Order: sequence, then C-alpha cells, then structure tokens
Amino acid sequence: MSAAPSRVNDFVIKIATVNGTGSASANTLLMKSLFRSGIPVMGKNYFPSNIQGLPTWYEIRVSKDGYVARSGKVDIMVCMNAETYARDVRDVAPGGYLIYDSTWPRPALLKRDDVTVIGVPLARMCNESFKGVRTRILMKNICYAGVLAALLDLDVARIRELLAETYAKKPALVESNMQAIQLGYDYAKANFACPLPLRVEKMDKTGGHIMIDGNTAAALGCVYAGATVAAWYPITPSTSLMDAFKSFADKLRIDPETGRANFAFIQAEDELAAIGMVIGANWNGARSFTATSGPGVSLMSEFLGLAYYAEVPAVLFDVQRVGPSTGMPTRTQQCDLISAAYASHGDTKHVCLYPANPEECFYMAVQAFDLAERLQTPVLVLLDLDIGMNDWMCRDLKWDDAWKPDRGKVLGREDLEKIEKFYRYVDKDEDGIPYRTFPGVHPKGAYFTRGSGHTQLGTYTEDAAEYQIVLDRLVRKFATAKRLVPEPVFEGGGKAQAAIVSLGSCDGAVREALDVLAARGLHLDYMRVRGFPFGEEVEKFLAEHEIVYVVEQNRDAQLKSLLTLETRIDKARLRSLLHYSGLPVSSKFIVDGVMADLGEGRRAVTGVAS
Amino acid sequence: MTYIPKPKIAHPSLPRNELGLTRRDYEGALSTLCAGCGHDSITAAIIEASWGISLRPENLVKLSGIGCSSKTTAYFVGGAHGFNSVHGRMPSIAMGANAANRDLYYIGISGDGDSLSIGLGQFCHAIRRNVDMLYIIENNGVYGLTKGQFSASADIGTKAKKGDVNQQPPIDPVLLAMNLGAGFVARSFSGDKKQLVPLIQAGLEYPGFALIDVLSPCVTFNDHDGSTKSYQYTREHYEPVVEADFVPFQREITTDYAAGEAVPVMLHDGSRVVLRKLAEAYDPTDAHAAYDYVQQHIAKGEYLTGLLHCRPTTDTEFHGLNRTPEQPLNQLPFGKLVPGAKALEKVLARYR
Repeated sequence: MSAAPSRVNDFVIKIATVNGTGSASANTLLMKSLFRSGIPVMGKNYFPSNIQGLPTWYEIRVSKDGYVARSGKVDIMVCMNAETYARDVRDVAPGGYLIYDSTWPRPALLKRDDVTVIGVPLARMCNESFKGVRTRILMKNICYAGVLAALLDLDVARIRELLAETYAKKPALVESNMQAIQLGYDYAKANFACPLPLRVEKMDKTGGHIMIDGNTAAALGCVYAGATVAAWYPITPSTSLMDAFKSFADKLRIDPETGRANFAFIQAEDELAAIGMVIGANWNGARSFTATSGPGVSLMSEFLGLAYYAEVPAVLFDVQRVGPSTGMPTRTQQCDLISAAYASHGDTKHVCLYPANPEECFYMAVQAFDLAERLQTPVLVLLDLDIGMNDWMCRDLKWDDAWKPDRGKVLGREDLEKIEKFYRYVDKDEDGIPYRTFPGVHPKGAYFTRGSGHTQLGTYTEDAAEYQIVLDRLVRKFATAKRLVPEPVFEGGGKAQAAIVSLGSCDGAVREALDVLAARGLHLDYMRVRGFPFGEEVEKFLAEHEIVYVVEQNRDAQLKSLLTLETRIDKARLRSLLHYSGLPVSSKFIVDGVMADLGEGRRAVTGVAS
Repeated sequence: MTYIPKPKIAHPSLPRNELGLTRRDYEGALSTLCAGCGHDSITAAIIEASWGISLRPENLVKLSGIGCSSKTTAYFVGGAHGFNSVHGRMPSIAMGANAANRDLYYIGISGDGDSLSIGLGQFCHAIRRNVDMLYIIENNGVYGLTKGQFSASADIGTKAKKGDVNQQPPIDPVLLAMNLGAGFVARSFSGDKKQLVPLIQAGLEYPGFALIDVLSPCVTFNDHDGSTKSYQYTREHYEPVVEADFVPFQREITTDYAAGEAVPVMLHDGSRVVLRKLAEAYDPTDAHAAYDYVQQHIAKGEYLTGLLHCRPTTDTEFHGLNRTPEQPLNQLPFGKLVPGAKALEKVLARYR
C-alpha cells in the first residue's frame, strides 16, 4: 500500500491510560463525536481485572468502509500511562503519531525516527486550571480528547452537545469539561500543524445505526422476549447483561397502575443456584434466564444435564472470557464452544446460538426463549467479552408489534379437560418433542419431573428398553433442533475452491480479510455458523469446498472439533486459524494466515473468480 | 418396572373432605423404601395433613433433591406436579418455581445429607430469601442410599452400623434456621403423627419459609444400639415443648386451652396456628429466647419438639420484598411484558 499523504476517516487511535482515572468518559466522548459526525467507528476496551491503578487501553477504529474488527495496527497512540510507555511506543505503526504528556519529557524513551511525536503538557495545564487532585486527573484525560479534536479536525460543537446530554443535570460539569477540551484543543492548534494528514471528515454513514454493547442488547432482548425471572451470580464479563436487564425492567416493567414489578430479579448465592432458579421458573411456566461466563458454565453443568434430560427450557447467556480456569477475566476468547455444547455428564447436548454482534444479541435473545420453549431444552447463547462489553455500531434494533412468543407444546386447562390421560414424554407428533403442563392448571396435568431414569409415561425406571425409548427420542428432538436454529450466513458465490468458516465475533475480521484477500486476487467463500446443532446447509457448504479455513478464537480448535464430530466433513479438509491471545482477532491475522497457508496452492485458488 | 402405581380402590364409606376427596386421593405411588422407614410415616402424615386442609392436589408442588427422603415426593399427592432435582439443589428449583407462581403451595422434601452437607448453602439462602414454602428435612443422621456413612447431623459419639464412632460436631438445622431468621421452625419425630400433621398444615399455610426437622430413624443403617438417631434413642430423648394446632380460616377454635397457655398466631389468610406451651419458661414467639432454650436442651442431649419458633410477621417474604404483582408472573399476559416498537425507539435514543 502506498503511503498516502492524507488519510481521511481511516485510521486507528489507541489510548493507553490507568484504570479508574475517568479515561472511559473521554474515550466514549471521542467515539460518540465521531459517530455523530456520520463516520463509522468501533471502540474496543482492553481493561484489567481491577478497579483502580492498572494499565488499560482503548482502541478506536475510524473506518469509512465500516470495518468493525481490529486492523492489527495503531496509527495514533495516546500515551497517558508512564508504566506502559515503552511498549506503547513500540506499538505505533511506522509513519504514525505518538501523543504524550510532555509535563514530564521522556526523550530517552521516545526514540523512534519513523513516528511523529506530539508532546502536550496535559498535567501542567490541568494543574494550573483545576483544583483538587481527583479533578485534575479526570480533566487531564478529557484534555487529550481536546488535543485529538484539534489534530483530527473533529467538530468541537459535537463534543459540547454530548457533554450537555451526559451532564444534563449537572451543568457545571459541562463547563469544566469543555474548559479541559478547550485547553487541549487550543494548545494543539497553537503548537502543531492541525489537522494531521490522518483526519476526519463528516460523512452520513451512521444514520439508522446505534452504538451499543452486546450485553445491553441481549438484556433488551430478554425484556422483549417477555422474560420475567432473572437469576444470576456476578461474574465478569457477563454482569453488565444482568445490570442492563434490571435497569430496563425498572423502567419498562413497572406496572403503571400498581407500581408492582412485573419481573423478579434474583442475585443467587452461586452459579449452581442461579441456573437452578432458572430451571425452576421455566418449569413453572415463566420465561427465565441467567448470564454467566466460562467458570459459571462449569458450575452449572450438572443442572444443565438435568434440564436436558428432564426437558425443561432454560436460557443461558455465556459471555466468554479467557480460560482455562480463572484465566484472564477481562480478555476475550471463544473458548467455551465445546463445554457449552456438551455441558454435563452422560450423553448430553445443548442447543447453542452464536451471535456476531449486539444486533444479533438482541434478536437471538428473543429467539433463544422461543427455541428453549419449543424444544423444551436449555439454549445457550454464546457471546464473548468483545461483543458483550464493547460498543459496536450496528443497525437500529427493530420490533414487530405483531410478534407472538412461541411457547411450544403446552397443554392448558381445556386441552387437559379433553384428554383421557396425560403422559409427559410421549412423542405424539413424531418430531421428538413431547407435551408439557404447568402446575396449578389441572389435576390431570400432574407428572413427575426427574433426572433419574424415566419412561415415556414419566414414571421412574431402571428398565433398559424403557430408558432407551426416551434417550432415542431425545436424538430425534435434536434433529428437529437442526431445522430450528438460525441458519448460517453465507458470503461469496459458493463456487470458490477455498472457504472460511467462522462464528461469532470473528465475523468483522473475516469480512475485512475477505476484502483484502479479494483485492489480492484471492476469492474465498465464507460461512458463519449461527447455531448448534449444525443443519444441512452447514454440511452442504463444507462438502462443496476443498479447503476450509476455520477461524476461531481459542487454542484447541473447538469449532473445528465440533464440525468434525457433528458433520460428515473429512477432518483433513479443515485448516485452523487460531487466535487466542485474549485480544479480539484482527483482519490482518486472518489475511496473513490464509496467505501463508495457501503457498503453492495459491494459483489454483486464484483461478476461481467470484 | 421399578415404578409401582397404587391401585385406586376407595371404599364408598371413606370420609371425604371439603373437596369431596378421600385420603386415598392424596396418595402417590407405592413406596420403595425399607419396611419400617421413618420417611414412610412422614409421607403418611403429609397425606393426612393435605387431606385435612382440603388442599387441591394440582395446587401443590412437590420438590426434592437426591436421597432416600427425596424419593418420597413420588409417594404422596399423585395429583400434584413433582420435581426430583439434583443433590442438594432443591431450594434453588423451589425459589425459581415460587418466583414464577406465588399462588401455589410448595413443599420441599430433603434429607440431612441433601440439606446439611451438599446443599447447606442453598438451604441457608432459601431461608434468607424467605421463600414461601414448607421445607421438611427427614433427618436420620445417615446416608441410606450409599449404605450407612455418617451425615452432617450425626451426633458426636454416635456409632455407625459398622462400628465407627462419629467425632465431628453435628449441624443442627433448627438452630441454623433460627440463626438465619426463619419465621417458622419446628422439630418433630416421624413416630409422632399427632404432632406432625398439624405442624405440616401450619407450615404449608405459613406465608414464608417454614422448616420442620423430622427425626426419622433409618431402620436399615441407623437403628442399632449406640446410635443417637435410633427409634429407641429418639423416643427416650425427645420432649414435646410446644404443641401446635392448626385452625383453618373460618373455623372456630374448639379445643379448650387453659388461660395463658395458648398463643394463637394469625396467618395471612385468616387461618391460625395455636401454640400450646408445655414448658412454663418457654416463649416460642421470641426468637432469641427460643434459640437459647433449644440450644441448652441440645447440650443436655434432649430433642425438644413442636413448633419451636413462630413469627407471624411476613414482611420479608420474597414476593413482598420484590414487589411482584398479585397475579403470578407466569400468568402475566405478554402484552404487559413486551414494551413494543415505540418504546424500543425511545430506548435506542440513548445509544445514538
């Protein structure tokens, strides 16, 4: 790529700060200002498992083309943390810029000839203008937003507008924050050639879009799905999903006449109890869910097996974080694919959904409840920290007021009145899904739910044949599930020799990589799986491609393992591109991986134009 | 087949309750427990109690974990939904079920292993949440289904069938429940149906968490000399201190009580529990006094029985605290639950 003298709306800013210093406000301010200027933008937060004092980074990708993944390089680095100075300096791409607090000059540490260094005495200016240690620290961070506004030609009016909204109830804060913005802005204008060749220009590509994180979107989906019982145990990075549900429910679910809460929000003593409550509530006819992360899924496994075998609906959001064990709680991975699909002992399988962004989190949350009740089984929605906790630009969420929930096969009072006798686990419709009843409806509806061996009539058994009838029906039910889970998303003409298969938050990076590869003459097809068990479309796509790259964010190729176990694909045709550092996968990683692998086979692939 | 349904043959002259149902209508499948098991007597008491208060079978929810005691939910009120969950986790199932529908009666059957070892955490937190349920621990001090290991309720010095002597102090569910603020705490003995039936009735009607710890000897693994949970030892060491009569709503209190001796405790639906003190110094409505009194007697090796503590106030019951509507959450129409497209647009404004 030739180094263009000017790059408009296409660069990456990375901001290195210390957590607990208010940098999040400054970063959000920058993000939203760009967004409101109509420019596609993506923010990713790399934060420590800590409340105050450890290094934290925020990466803003400004992308006129709407790419949402990490590009893999940093064009502008804002160094606000002395502790990470050295490595932050190293991370700037050649030709890039480095902004640092020149109150304390660091000539020795800033030795890079290929980077433009911009020193701004942020601390000194803020110390002179503000009182109080805490205020000075907070304002120093707001101040760099002002510097960036000048350097990038960002509209200051937008910043003021955002501050006015944020501090609508505290107008004094609007003024002090604007003062800090202005300090930085004026200093940069006076001392540097503004704007830089990397700059922004107003666009109109964010209309009809919102900036939202996946946990919030999923929580909103739960409200819209009609969930009434939420039970959970706090765990990073899923906690904000439950916080968001509570906050939405407190506004949208309070009965205007009685003031009563049309929901129950229960903080459980541990994950075991949380999933137990969810199972109890769903069994009793309320839509109920929990949110957790990998360690929670481990703890919930026993109960998930019960729900699978006793056929009780449940919805679980697993916001994946880095494992194994406690791992790195504030870093992202897709490392629970196998533990979610097969959670619990014995022959147990679960329906899983794989949203790729907050927009899908919303719709899949609603779908998860419908599927759980239709199939009478747990549905695990696998987000990850990147989707769950980062702000993504996505299309406006839509709601159809004609929507009706799919409560599945439930016999009500009238149905029970009409039948001779109710048997819980009989496959009347031959789709593997039996009928269920709720307590308190009709004496004929009574049955016994158990995780021990049972007959199709619902009675206890240790009889081999009776046991197997139920177990074999569960296989048929899973076959039905294949037709009901969301179908994959395909890109490309389907005729390429090589393809990429991926899921979840890899999507943005894969799509960008496909464009980059296509620009280099390599045309690949793409399938993003969105549900487990895999349906026929997945089988077909795999069968039609000679080389299949499986892109995923874990060490052990868990998606590849699932594909190998659950489809007819020949293992030898699957090639893994595995990213598991804890940072979101970048497009560069995928491009490099495909390029390196194709090697001598490259010619054959380029021969197919899509 | 290991499930044995009971044949439904009822003699026409059997007495009927207000619903026109006989005691047979409150039975379940045949018990597969050992002959003479204390648990079967408790099952019989539950059948008698449910029949006596004319409970609609479909309005009862039976919950249990794993173990001999947990199997018994299949043996009573066959017309009720049952949920035999996983070991030690029944309280969380009960919490979820109760959150979904506050209108039903919830009875949890557990054992000393299920509640005091693997499920101790869930047991404690169900008390803290004040789930409206009757929680019965069928307490025999031993693991029956795995053939005779000590449980956490085994007393120091008690002897196992194979001769081991327990050295670890027991966890007493009655003291624990009082300590955690339970409003209804009782102890009884499987062999004392007269005491147990009104306790079960009162516990079912009590608007909050009600515990009955029922000493229930294990005839197979813990009924020998040297065991402190044998029939003989229990009979010699248990001492009723508070008798409770359950008086359903709109029924007159007909029994004569000596003045000063009877304490009526009013329940939310107008039913009453009449506590009759058998010991002069004992006040079962005073949680601290009751705790001290029970503890002192345990130190002397005596099991006080009866409704040891009862607090009529119910301001901490789960649904009350959470301000849920009168109508059960599982019956709210979706029109009330789903905010709709217009509301969504408003929500999204925050994310622009």
